[in-house]
Amino acid sequence: MVTIYDGKPGLSRRELLKRGSIGALLVISGSAVISPEQAWGLETSALKPETMATLIQMARDIYPHDQVPDKYYAIAVKGHHETAAKDPAHKELIEKGIAELDKKAGKGGYRGLGWEEQRVALLTEIEKAPFFQAVRGGLVVSLYNQKEVWPIFGYEGESYSKGGYIARGFSDIEWL
Amino acid sequence: MAASFDLKNDGVVVIIGSGAGGGTLGNELAQKGIDVVILEAGARHEYEDFINDEWDSFAQLAWKDKRTTSGDWRVAKDFPNLPAWIVKSVGGSTTHWAGASLRFQEHEFKTASTYGKLEGANLLDWPITLAEMEPYYAKAEAKMGVTGTNDWPRLPGNNNFKVLKAGADKLGYKECHTGNMAINSVERDDRNSCQQTGFCFQGCKWGAKWSTLYTEIPKGEATGHLEVRPNAMAIKINHDASGKVTGVVYADKDGKLQEQKARIVAVAGNSIESPRLLLNSQSAKFPHGLANSSGQVGKNYMRHTTGSVYAIFDKPVHMYRGTTMAGIIRDEARHDPSRGFVGGYEFETLSLGLPFMAAFLNPGGWGRSFTTALDHYDHMAGLWIVGEDMPREENRIMLHADEKDEHGMPIADVHFDDHPNDTAMRNHAYKQASALYDAVGATRTFPTPPYPSTHNLGTNRMSGKAEHGVVNKHGQTHDIKNLFVSDGSQFTTGAAENPTLTIVSLAIRQADYIAAQMSAKTI
Ligand SMILES: Cc1cc2nc3c(=O)[nH]c(=O)nc-3n(C[C@H](O)[C@H](O)[C@H](O)COP(=O)(O)OP(=O)(O)OC[C@H]3O[C@@H](n4cnc5c(N)ncnc54)[C@H](O)[C@@H]3O)c2cc1C
Ligand code: SF4
Repeated sequence: MVTIYDGKPGLSRRELLKRGSIGALLVISGSAVISPEQAWGLETSALKPETMATLIQMARDIYPHDQVPDKYYAIAVKGHHETAAKDPAHKELIEKGIAELDKKAGKGGYRGLGWEEQRVALLTEIEKAPFFQAVRGGLVVSLYNQKEVWPIFGYEGESYSKGGYIARGFSDIEWL
Repeated sequence: MAASFDLKNDGVVVIIGSGAGGGTLGNELAQKGIDVVILEAGARHEYEDFINDEWDSFAQLAWKDKRTTSGDWRVAKDFPNLPAWIVKSVGGSTTHWAGASLRFQEHEFKTASTYGKLEGANLLDWPITLAEMEPYYAKAEAKMGVTGTNDWPRLPGNNNFKVLKAGADKLGYKECHTGNMAINSVERDDRNSCQQTGFCFQGCKWGAKWSTLYTEIPKGEATGHLEVRPNAMAIKINHDASGKVTGVVYADKDGKLQEQKARIVAVAGNSIESPRLLLNSQSAKFPHGLANSSGQVGKNYMRHTTGSVYAIFDKPVHMYRGTTMAGIIRDEARHDPSRGFVGGYEFETLSLGLPFMAAFLNPGGWGRSFTTALDHYDHMAGLWIVGEDMPREENRIMLHADEKDEHGMPIADVHFDDHPNDTAMRNHAYKQASALYDAVGATRTFPTPPYPSTHNLGTNRMSGKAEHGVVNKHGQTHDIKNLFVSDGSQFTTGAAENPTLTIVSLAIRQADYIAAQMSAKTI
């Protein structure tokens, strides 16, 4: 699961990125969600940083791929923060949706639930709701259309620039 | 050099749409010295401009204008505004298509007499027979370079095909090969041979796959008798007091309305747009739309009984390498009611890239049951089911009651319910395909629901009698002599085979007819 560390305000992003030793996969600091280990960060000005962190966890629970690093889930939900910045209705949809999810989860909130099954049970309850549909629907494209994740699934993508697959294994199956 | 005709030139044949039907008809007429203007709603992208990336290519080529849907098909729920996956671009859906080019079987031209009466199915015999079509099928195959005809070798089988073939052998299927594909297996017609790039659905960047975009259209243009006008969306067909059509009103690239005068109009916008245009051309004289005295315009919408089966194996397959439709099994295409349904279906290999697989494997699906399937993407093989579906009057294209597009034209509303025969056929095919993959050692199989329709048929159907359909055996409307339909909407019934070879054959045949009628001065 996505391990999140709520950083002390005032710790600069640069400093946090330097402190790889911090151990957490994600650090929420001021207006940023940061992964010190993998040296990437996501500025969140429209949505609350906690909301972004929960969205990332939710994205992983919707489309769990244990071999796919958090970074790609974070990139996949980034669009919500961009849309929220422009569209107050979208901002409300997401903030309210996450708040309700946290409420359902009880003390500790959604991210406080330790098992994927527990979180998925909550998601199943809201599966038909516009909030869930907006998050899931967007993810189908924003997660799987990242060229960087394709190799993780063994998908090689375009081959025209390399002359097609004609000399690159289009009929190399051996086990039949 | 490509021609350029004046808007007031009323001697030209105006064709709406530049895809399989329109592009072919345009070239065939131009070769005979007849002046043609093709109005094409989409832009012109040459094959070097194609993008080998599923979503980017979709954005570049697909018809994305809003449509609405209803009915019991899953597409209406999962893709309510995308009933069909077709193209808006010069070349039409022949830019996206996979290239499978099969002749219909004899009985498929005579379904009413072969299948008998079937509750809820509006079956009708075609007014033409296989024997009449054969010479035109031969011309179309020669034009398109169909493998396995004219001594052109079939394509080599890729990994996905080899899995299919191994399963077919285990199940005792006899007719399994790499298909009859309008894809160059050898260099011909000044075009490359297939390099097994695997992006046939995104437009073939090698030009190995036949598309009107880089075959019919430039050949027609070279005669000096053909003008293709891109970004020209036809909105209404005008007629005179006698009921003859006189021109086509279209929105040009700036959205400005123009009228191109015409001696003859041929509609080839694919089976959703063609009836939409005829219905939208209603007038005081034709209050129910043009050529609609039968009331059949827009009805009998067919989309083939489809579905896919993907399977996961314990060892790698890499199905996405090489031609998308890399092989076929034809044994189930026969008519054999002992299986619990009339008509038949084909199995054809199919592969989607990871982005489309995520979108289409189980639309709306999520959680581990879904993601563990994708985790084994490179261990997957897959096939597509394409079978004959039953025409139904209720399955139809209508003008939306209040939603309009940017040009003020009512958008298309598409209603579709499966006939029980369609459902029985699909379930049979799911079972057979799962058995096929199990026989090769699949560890998991996925009966995947139909995608938005790639085959759209029947909405201006051909009939012997005027009261049963919209056009006669030449695609000429029963009601208006100088108005033709030249795309898959002419199909009386859908057959089990992919439609394009038949669309192209009909267009070649129609060109002969139009030329003869023009010289006889009957139109
Ligand atoms: C992914 C995919 C794979 C396919 N694979 C196969 C296959 O292997 N074998 C097979 O036989 N078939 C296949 N098909 C189907 C095949 O592409 C179609 O059957 C065929 O192209 C239909 O021809 P058409 O002339 O009816 O329409 P299209 O080829 O779709 O052409 C219609 C054209 O008309 C234009 N148009 C529409 N309305 C207007 C208007 N009002 N004004 C101006 N222009 C307009 C459109 O923009 C379009 O360019 C496939 C289709 C897809 C999408
Ligand atoms: S596989 Fe062959 S036909 Fe398909 S896109 Fe590549 S070169 Fe073209």
